[in-house]
Amino acid sequence: MNKGVAITGMGIISAIGNTVEENYISLLNNKTAISIIENILTIHSDVIKVGEIKKTNKELSDLLQLPDDNNFSRTAMLGVFAAKQAIHNAGITSINEYKTGLISATSVGGMDVTERYYYDYLNNEETVKYISCHDGGDVAHKIANELGLKGMVTTISTACSSAANAIMLGARLINLGKLDRVVVGGTDALAKFTINGFKTLMILSDGYNMPFDNDRKGLNLGEAAAFLVLESDEIVNRENKKVLARVSGFGNANDAFHQTASSENGDGAFLAMQKAFQVANLKPEQIDYINVHGTATPNNDLSEGRALARIFGEENMPEFSSTKPFTGHTLAAAAAIEAVYSVLAIQNNVVFPNLNFKTKMEEFNLSPQTTLKNKNIDHVLSNSFGFGGNCSTLIFSKNK
Amino acid sequence: MEALKLELKTKIIEALNLEDINIDDVNDDDSLFGDGLGLDSIDALELIVMLDKDYGIKLVDPKEGKNIFQSIETMAAYISANRTK
Amino acid sequence: MRKTYINGVGCVSAQNTFDTFFLENAELNHSKTVLPLIIPVYKDFISPVAIRRMAKGVKNGIVASSLAMKESNTTTFDAIITGTGMGCIDDSDKFLKAILDNNEEFLTPTSFIQSTHNTVGAQIALGLQCKSYNFTYVNGSVSFESALLDAKLKIDENQASSILIGGIDEINDYTVSLFKLAGFIKEEIESPNDLLNSTTTGVIYSEGATFFVLDDKKQDSTYAEILDVEINNYLEIEEVEEKIVSFLKSNGLKCDDIDAIILGYNGDVETDSYYKLLSKNTFKSIPQVYYKHLSGEYYTASAFGLWVASKIMKSQEIPEILKVNSIERKEFKTMLLYNQYKGIDHSFTLISRC
Repeated sequence: MNKGVAITGMGIISAIGNTVEENYISLLNNKTAISIIENILTIHSDVIKVGEIKKTNKELSDLLQLPDDNNFSRTAMLGVFAAKQAIHNAGITSINEYKTGLISATSVGGMDVTERYYYDYLNNEETVKYISCHDGGDVAHKIANELGLKGMVTTISTACSSAANAIMLGARLINLGKLDRVVVGGTDALAKFTINGFKTLMILSDGYNMPFDNDRKGLNLGEAAAFLVLESDEIVNRENKKVLARVSGFGNANDAFHQTASSENGDGAFLAMQKAFQVANLKPEQIDYINVHGTATPNNDLSEGRALARIFGEENMPEFSSTKPFTGHTLAAAAAIEAVYSVLAIQNNVVFPNLNFKTKMEEFNLSPQTTLKNKNIDHVLSNSFGFGGNCSTLIFSKNK
Repeated sequence: MEALKLELKTKIIEALNLEDINIDDVNDDDSLFGDGLGLDSIDALELIVMLDKDYGIKLVDPKEGKNIFQSIETMAAYISANRTK
Repeated sequence: MRKTYINGVGCVSAQNTFDTFFLENAELNHSKTVLPLIIPVYKDFISPVAIRRMAKGVKNGIVASSLAMKESNTTTFDAIITGTGMGCIDDSDKFLKAILDNNEEFLTPTSFIQSTHNTVGAQIALGLQCKSYNFTYVNGSVSFESALLDAKLKIDENQASSILIGGIDEINDYTVSLFKLAGFIKEEIESPNDLLNSTTTGVIYSEGATFFVLDDKKQDSTYAEILDVEINNYLEIEEVEEKIVSFLKSNGLKCDDIDAIILGYNGDVETDSYYKLLSKNTFKSIPQVYYKHLSGEYYTASAFGLWVASKIMKSQEIPEILKVNSIERKEFKTMLLYNQYKGIDHSFTLISRC
């Protein structure tokens, strides 16, 4: 197998915890965090449930010790929070010491701010400072600024596969020697824009999301941020770093079927997984756990299920689960938080449960792992699929 | 009913931005989806909103739309029977 | 080491760049603070069924990519990679306005769907039925260079032979008014407009789409070879020369080996200092080129810059309208492009003749 790129640090904030440890404890104890939305005023608050981080923007701003007149979007604040955690976890004290980069991901960007002040800008001088924080790149700029990072910084925005693609690019940059270390991940805050957007597509559930269940009704949106630090083996050896796990495989492919729906046969998903195996130089039977995209929409789970069956065979499916019943679907951050969960699975040899599951889907014979399970985990496969047919797969492996 | 059908044709062309199509091009029983007018699932969602906004009919399950939106004829019949506006 | 060649280009911009050879019909602007796009006949490139949902940016992207594909005679790609600074701002605004104006009721999905940043890349893939690698970068003024770098890495890694890349940005009236309010766009310009000697902050804005077909093999239509791309989030003005020297050194080159430099001068008196230092010192003895007086400034305007560089490399001539100085050079073998915006998102791109 391909040795893979070393992961030396992680940071996360999600509805189920403000640190890696808190997230892990929630996962172990079935402590989900899907609730009624509080931070945003929306007419839909009684017909949707969300994975909301129960901190106001003021609380986040205070935690980060930002000046009162800052122009940080919620997305940016979550991102800074998680990125700083990751840097600290990786034991990095001098950020520009080596060729260091940041590959971030977001789909909401500063929209959580823009939607609040959209009509106010022209009349209220105090809001003008927020104009510059609308675009997707502002989030990465703010994170880089807070970290003091001067090197390569960029952002990927491919909807729900964004963070997986950020991790993928980071690994490639290390492999090719373009960077010595790179902070990779994603962040998205809840916003009226996305709540209403998904509502118009009629894929939001008014209850709790039930991935891979025959009676699933749709997804719960969530918000989160997570970053990992990837470092070259040269730096790992020189600095005697602890390696948490490795990014050993990755693949991206396009469904090219429809702007928002996935093809019935899951072509894009199939090709992405196939590619990831190629890069990792692993076979499907070597996967010990699959963290599926599993948003619980009628379309995704069908398409993903078909693709999984094509790769693994229905009879030889390893344990799989979606962790979205815990956190909701955190859009561009999803693949990043699920990367953290994949590493936790490897470190602790545990499969996290797919909650809310009752009835197998009638289209195939696939049942997710519904309870916590201890088993040796060497390799985890993680899927993330986004609008525009963007399909990404990552494979994480135990450091040996 | 005739007036409603005409109204529907106008609304559909406008809402779905079918620039190249005139009201006269659309027959009452032409298939709206698939081979006829070539509308797709996103258009179906647009029409569901139109039913709510203009005629006060709320569809909860997008799959219900399949039968209702078969043609101008079927749409007009359904709206006549169920409209609250 | 595998090589990356530019084999096809396509450009939709504030100049007539889609049915001319180069900039022979270019017109200087002396009055506007936002340059309007020269619009192609979209129906010639996109079917009516598809066109009805598309905003300007997507349409421009499809036209520009079609032109590039036609020139290189390529229809299958191992990757489609795009960059956009603001994304599909028109559809995004439309959906947001609908939310705010109707208090979240009676919303329709089309503009939401079309507002995701990767819409252009996705629509192109859909049109070509291309199931390959498809990424979209959204990071201010390095959005396009991120796509370019990613593409080059793909070829270096032997993971691709043929890649379609592009930079797209669109603008609308409301965004212009906000940018003017925030001081990003000049309130007014002096006439005649002399970008290089501007005394005010802010830029002249615009929009556009520029696409390239990259291949690992040369052919008749080849413009240039991409040697290297580097991105830096932040640099002090005094650090730029050192960074360029180091960038060139890693490619076995010195400043003296550069035959022409393409600079992203945009008329903002503060940040144009980044370029002025290079113009006056490091590269004072070589031909210097600027282009944003023709393209306007926008996050992916540097793609227009690469289009300009490619055309110069192929024709071995710099049109008068692009010259910063009057220094001549007999042959252009190696060229450097440098761009930044608002003092961040610095990029160096190195290309050579082939």
